[in-house]
Amino acid sequence: MLRDEDRIFTNLFGFESFSLEAARARGDWDQTPELIAKGREWIISEVKDSGLRGRGGAGFSAGLKWSFMPKKTDGGPVYLVVNADEGEPGTCKDRDILRHEPHKLLEGCLYAGVAIGATACYIYVRGEFYDEAANVQRAIDEAYEAGLLGKNACGTGYDYDIYLHRGAGAYICGEETALIESLEGKKGQPRNKPPFPAQAGLYSRPTTVNNVETIAQVPEILRRGATWFANLGRPKNTGTKLFCISGHVNHPCNVEEVMGIPLRELIDRHCGGVRGGWDNLLAVIPGGSSTPLLPRTVCDTVLMDFDSLREAGSGLGTAAVIVMDKSTDIVEAIARLSRFYAHESCGQCTPCREGTGWLMRVMNRLVKGNARLEEIDMLQEVTKQIEGHTICALGDAAAWPVQGLIRHFRPELERRILAYRSARRVAA
Amino acid sequence: MPKLTIDGMPIEVEPGTSVLQACEMLGVEVPRFCYHDRLSVAANCRMCLVEMEKAPKPVASCAMPCSEGMVIKTNSPLARNARRGVMEFLLINHPLDCPICDQGGECDLQDQAMAYGFDRGRYGETKRAVKDKELGPLIKTVMTRCIHCTRCIRFAEEIAGVPELGATGRGEHMEVGTYIEQAITSELSGNLVDVCPVGALTSKPYAFSARPWELRKAESIDVLDAVGSNIRIDLRGGEVLRVLPRLNDDVNEEWISDKTRYACDGLKRQRLDRPFIRRDGKLKPASWNEAFAAIAARLKGVPGERIAALAGDLCDAEAMVALKDLMAGLGSPNLDCRQDGAAFDTSCRAGYLFNSTIAGIEKADVILLVGTDPRHEAPLVNARIRKRYRRGGLQVGVIGPGVDLTYPTTYLGAGPPTLQEIAEGRHDFAAKLKAAKHPLLILGAGALARPDGLAVQAAARLVAESCGLIRDGWNGYNVLQLAAARVGGLDLGFLPGTDGRGTRGILDGAGKGEIEVVFLLGADEIDASRLGQAFVIYQGHHGDRGAHRADVVLPGAAYTEKNGTYVNTEGRPQQGRRANFPPGEAREDWTILRALSEVLGCKLPYDSLAQIRQRLVDANPVFAHTDAVIAAAWGSFGQPGSLDGPPFKSPIENFYMTDPISRASVTMAQCAEAFVSPATGKTGTHG
Amino acid sequence: MSSAAAIAVEQPESFAFSPENRARAERIVAKYPPGRQASAVLPLLDLAQRQSDNWLPRAAMDHVAEFLSMPRIRVYEVATFYTMFNKTPVGKHFVQICTTTPCWLRGSADLVHACERKLGISMGETTPDNQFTVIEAECLGACVNAPMVQIGDHYYEDLDGPGMEALLDALARGEVPAPGSQIGRSTSCSVKGPTTLLHVPKRQASEPEAAPAAEPDLATAAADDAAATVDAGAGVETAGADIGTETADSGESGSPKTKPRSRARAKSKTDAGTAD
Repeated sequence: MLRDEDRIFTNLFGFESFSLEAARARGDWDQTPELIAKGREWIISEVKDSGLRGRGGAGFSAGLKWSFMPKKTDGGPVYLVVNADEGEPGTCKDRDILRHEPHKLLEGCLYAGVAIGATACYIYVRGEFYDEAANVQRAIDEAYEAGLLGKNACGTGYDYDIYLHRGAGAYICGEETALIESLEGKKGQPRNKPPFPAQAGLYSRPTTVNNVETIAQVPEILRRGATWFANLGRPKNTGTKLFCISGHVNHPCNVEEVMGIPLRELIDRHCGGVRGGWDNLLAVIPGGSSTPLLPRTVCDTVLMDFDSLREAGSGLGTAAVIVMDKSTDIVEAIARLSRFYAHESCGQCTPCREGTGWLMRVMNRLVKGNARLEEIDMLQEVTKQIEGHTICALGDAAAWPVQGLIRHFRPELERRILAYRSARRVAA
Repeated sequence: MPKLTIDGMPIEVEPGTSVLQACEMLGVEVPRFCYHDRLSVAANCRMCLVEMEKAPKPVASCAMPCSEGMVIKTNSPLARNARRGVMEFLLINHPLDCPICDQGGECDLQDQAMAYGFDRGRYGETKRAVKDKELGPLIKTVMTRCIHCTRCIRFAEEIAGVPELGATGRGEHMEVGTYIEQAITSELSGNLVDVCPVGALTSKPYAFSARPWELRKAESIDVLDAVGSNIRIDLRGGEVLRVLPRLNDDVNEEWISDKTRYACDGLKRQRLDRPFIRRDGKLKPASWNEAFAAIAARLKGVPGERIAALAGDLCDAEAMVALKDLMAGLGSPNLDCRQDGAAFDTSCRAGYLFNSTIAGIEKADVILLVGTDPRHEAPLVNARIRKRYRRGGLQVGVIGPGVDLTYPTTYLGAGPPTLQEIAEGRHDFAAKLKAAKHPLLILGAGALARPDGLAVQAAARLVAESCGLIRDGWNGYNVLQLAAARVGGLDLGFLPGTDGRGTRGILDGAGKGEIEVVFLLGADEIDASRLGQAFVIYQGHHGDRGAHRADVVLPGAAYTEKNGTYVNTEGRPQQGRRANFPPGEAREDWTILRALSEVLGCKLPYDSLAQIRQRLVDANPVFAHTDAVIAAAWGSFGQPGSLDGPPFKSPIENFYMTDPISRASVTMAQCAEAFVSPATGKTGTHG
Repeated sequence: MSSAAAIAVEQPESFAFSPENRARAERIVAKYPPGRQASAVLPLLDLAQRQSDNWLPRAAMDHVAEFLSMPRIRVYEVATFYTMFNKTPVGKHFVQICTTTPCWLRGSADLVHACERKLGISMGETTPDNQFTVIEAECLGACVNAPMVQIGDHYYEDLDGPGMEALLDALARGEVPAPGSQIGRSTSCSVKGPTTLLHVPKRQASEPEAAPAAEPDLATAAADDAAATVDAGAGVETAGADIGTETADSGESGSPKTKPRSRARAKSKTDAGTAD
């Protein structure tokens, strides 16, 4: 278990004020000018060496991502965009940073800005997070008043503005290029890549988009050193991570833990265990709705990090653990996710627009068993026709939960179909 | 120059070329729906997915730039499966209404479903139904058929410059339309039908008319403005059913205006199908011999200087040269092809041409529009300016009517005094022109038709010369003509001879009785009431203004019914081909004149199309260079004079009704009603 | 919703920003680079919706289009794409029940039933007295506090059927229940209290800090009491800042009541804005 002194988000639950004064007392904004003075390359290499991988789901090396930004520019604007459009079902970690630790985020924005040569930063907060956005705005105002942001930020000679931008209800805006489109005042429809945002992002300018948690972890990494972070967790899966444990546990909660903590330990230690005991566990969705579910047997031993979960046929995603006990109608649980993806598909590209609706309808029938046995294979094929064929990853995200269901619960699907048929036969 | 391999074939391409374009260069077919050469890349249909080595997923070839060492497979199992999957998705919510769909037989979805689809559907759920949208008199919608490729949205925004179409809602509820019911306010809207790959947007006037395999196709040239758009005429039997664009990158690219496309129903109405002679104040049917005899009788003894001829806007060069030769035979110096009364200087060919060419607009960086509304005078010239604008770095200054041209302009002034200021270097814009790499001036035909036309022309020449519009390899002085016949007539010298009268003189003379006989060759835009007591011979195809005033009517052929040469505003001679025969007893125009000349005793020396075409070349060598633009030498023209006249205005008040054909068109009448606001008479582009 | 259905509702003839909102809108536009004013379309539509009883008439979209020099269709596209824009009128209390899997696992169906029973309407409907509209929403991002609902701007968490009914009763009585956990949990912390952060060492700043600027003065947000100062029951503080959204009317629909608290209430100074 992570020691308290290794936790980054010491005000995760908001026991203290989020204000600048309180944040400073917790160590935020400490040594900022000195760290900035060490320069762009130092920041990038520290973050690279720390092994920090993006906390938004994809798990790409944050330092490497920053290093893709052009080193020399034409003098025009360069942007950092913070993805605070948290919406992956199961995920509510960034919300806590926004409302309780906004200064960690702002300070991280400053370092990230230096690292990529940004001239300004937009924090895109999902529209429904109204109170959270209010706190972020308040923190921004405080930071400006204290001279931490704006012209000559922290007295370093670096001019850097941070703006809050609120979304308006669209899961897809969590996709980085959809977010950029949305920030430009358009529908949140993902862009084709290439070009990647580092070449042409916001307003066609070089842009890096990072998740809230990723950015908010940066100040502590810089202050304590890459080695500190890299020594937490497992190789290539380093550092601390916010986990959101929801569903059928006794005490759902958010918690910051070390990467690679065993799933069972996470649930037992922080959530009072699975409802009805570990043996009552049916399955776990380990990383937010788009990651394929894990059956109980895998849950016994799996470690909660990128590589371990990938080996288990799923993914860490946003580290949003959705626990389902044996009372769960697993088909309906996944059918509800299919409905979510059909609702959130932007409609731009064919496989997702048409395929997510198809999945939803077949899944809805499967809840009752109103289907033919062959339709299970057809459903699997349809997910394969969506997966990998779309502009963004929403298509994949819609496909995976269904694939996970078929992989691990095919007998249950068949049972329902047969039961539905025999019930109809009896009725007839 | 990246080198890559496609299906085992090596190819080297220009940087920036997409994989799909590279495939096309190699003749490798890649299916697509959303991709369109002339529109931005959306990559949303996903039909063009191909396998790229080292990529974990298939890539959209339309959006993937070629890079060094790429290995592309368009027909691997991965690519085939991807395409088949996309095809199935496109079809699950597409209605099975091909038998009643007008796109049937020329539908990309139909064709590609045959090539790449399953032979049966697996989708057992309820299909989506989408409410149809009302987009005005030209475009019929069946939105359930829409596959959301967004070509129409991109066309409206990018090419037409009317951002009125969009996709509202999201996911499977996304709907393409205007959100609020409204017609598309563009004079290029018919192209939406062409860009739509399915039957969601079809031609309303053509609805349920024919199947494409029933049609005969003829390639021709449009005459309803001076652009000379290349068109294809589709006919069943002898009936023109529709007009479609034909690709010509130098002229119309692959677009045509709504008038070009939709006025064709006017070819069937108000037609002159037999000769008429006015008897007892009324036009009575007559035979050709009677008509010729009546003309011969009236002309007998009339001296040449009391005879005159005017050529209209739709005339082919063959007819004009025949009439010119006939007038010479009759000894008349009174002829003019400028029925608008323009009296500009024609001594220098460059003085009346669009010298920089239409494609040359794409080079321009500063454009000065003088007394012209290109959006309605030549929609494809305007589209070309917009195309140039979208590339960035274009400044457009306007002297004349302040109209919405679909790109931003700087209003400089209303009338000739501003032009004079620029000519004299007293205006800021002169400096802009001077500083430009490729400065360009477009002078509207309306500005030349004014009484001060000669002075306007001279001032424009002065601008061209003083602001560096004329330089090696670049001539930025352009006249935007309005009539398909005009440049041909000017090139043939269908102009007043020595001591001859021009249009104004002819009308004045007829009014005063000094002109006794007036021959109108398709001239319908004159004020016929000014013809006084003159004996009027009208040769043309529609019972329009000219025929109503005529004493003898000779029924001619419309542009689809004759082999005719037209020189467009650039000076580009192009040949329209006969697609069908003129109705009834009507005949091709030059043959009528040839026959009449024999009756009048001054027989014209050509008996075949080849011979009269040779006569054209003899009259002006430019006619030998079909489809080409021969650069006109610069020289002095115009005549400096007073420039304090009234503000310029465009001669086109109603884009949809500018000539006998469009005036006879029901479709154009509907458009006029829908789009031309009665208050101003201008096309309503401001909603 | 189809565009046809949205257009079918009775639309007001015209819309224009109030002077206050116009000023706010101008401050919002200033956040974005010159020529990029379209970026402000989401916040401006939000502002317009707040001025129009929480729905977005077509005239309001047209006004925003004009304000931002955008083609109208581009604004219609945006307004119909994002779920937070209501294209038809909604009740005074706009209740969104999250029913996505994490909330569903913990009984969101009970909340749906409670609302339907209590209000006598189905999901997506409005009560005849226009007091309540209830809809199902997709994941609202408060999954460890499931099930939960959003009412107006605020989240009400850790609910069950009876809790939902109690909340509706309170709203019907004109009360403004405090947002956050309805069972006294401290935000996302375990209901049993924290398992971590029990011994957090205070890290002192290595240098004396610059004194914070003077206490910010209370601007519009407080004046119209639109700022939400929320006490979720465990010393959690949420300060209201004018994020360019509140209107003078929004207080009317109910800002949550603030429980007495020891710490000075945080105040906000500016809109959204920043550098200046």
